[in-house]
Amino acid sequence: MRRFLPFIIVGLVGFITIIGGVILYRANRPVALTIPRETALGNEKRESMHVRGPAEAPVTLEEFGDFQCPPCGTISGPLLEIEKDYGPKLRVIFRNFPFPNHEHAMEAAYAAEAAGLQGRYWEMHDLLYKEQANWSKAPDAKQLFVSYAKILGLELDRFEADVAGPTVKARITADQERGKSLGVNATPSIFINNQGVPAKSLNPTALRAAIDEALKEKEKPTS
Amino acid sequence: MLSQSKPRTQQSTAVALPRGTVIFYAVVALISLAGLADATYLTVQNLAGETAICGGSSDCFRVLGSVYSKIAGIPVAAIGTVAYFAVFTFATFAAFAYQRARTFLAVTVFLMFLSTLWFLYVQAFLL
Repeated sequence: MRRFLPFIIVGLVGFITIIGGVILYRANRPVALTIPRETALGNEKRESMHVRGPAEAPVTLEEFGDFQCPPCGTISGPLLEIEKDYGPKLRVIFRNFPFPNHEHAMEAAYAAEAAGLQGRYWEMHDLLYKEQANWSKAPDAKQLFVSYAKILGLELDRFEADVAGPTVKARITADQERGKSLGVNATPSIFINNQGVPAKSLNPTALRAAIDEALKEKEKPTS
Repeated sequence: MLSQSKPRTQQSTAVALPRGTVIFYAVVALISLAGLADATYLTVQNLAGETAICGGSSDCFRVLGSVYSKIAGIPVAAIGTVAYFAVFTFATFAAFAYQRARTFLAVTVFLMFLSTLWFLYVQAFLL
């Protein structure tokens, strides 16, 4: 018996490891989020709805993002490429979902929304992601956001008033509430035609594959 | 003259070990279990896609989302799981006086030590 004991111990530990891993995976397995058809475009009265691309595009990509979240910054460049490549076939919606543990994320969202009130939301959105590494570490990010507003040719007095005003706060709160109601708990969270993209597919190749799949679905004749 | 032969297991693979040595290998095996649990957890997190977003934590993403977190497409955590399981296996067999297991254990631990130095260097200077 003693001769077989090490084999039994090792086999048992291996078995427990595999079973434990499977149980843990099942518990952590990402839930496939979906946006109910009736709330697909949200409550337009309260929400900001920043859209890029034609309304009749067969594929809609909706992102919940945090301007200070590194993976959001990493995916923003490839997303721009994807937008260019798919052209009128793709419509992109961005929703604010700033995390409180990111020191300047909320301020960045305010800046983007304030730029949006002057019709330059996407320009500020792109600039914030492009410059993420710089303002994320800055002690006074607000000053940098004002300088970005200047670069974008915004009316600075109005921008600064809007950043501190209630309108931008209400819009961000509405975005956050929408995200929470859909089960969003991490950023970036991306939905393609109302179907949540799993976290491990948040890379350019998998996103393109998901968009292609959604396009194929749309092209299928409805019986 | 009759030849006296030792039991086969003792002759080829196992020799009696002092009690202190047995305890030493048992402790090594137990410690490796902690590493095995941690590496398994990180592997599962990786497979579930959690490390792709890291819950918004920039430090976590910087490490687990970096190019150094995978070797030939395999997550480092998965390699760690195999390594810690190997240490547990070799330590267990060494505690049961399997001589070859002691050699394998020493080689595995040495390789893991070198890996640790590499990952410390990556975190300190490259990320």
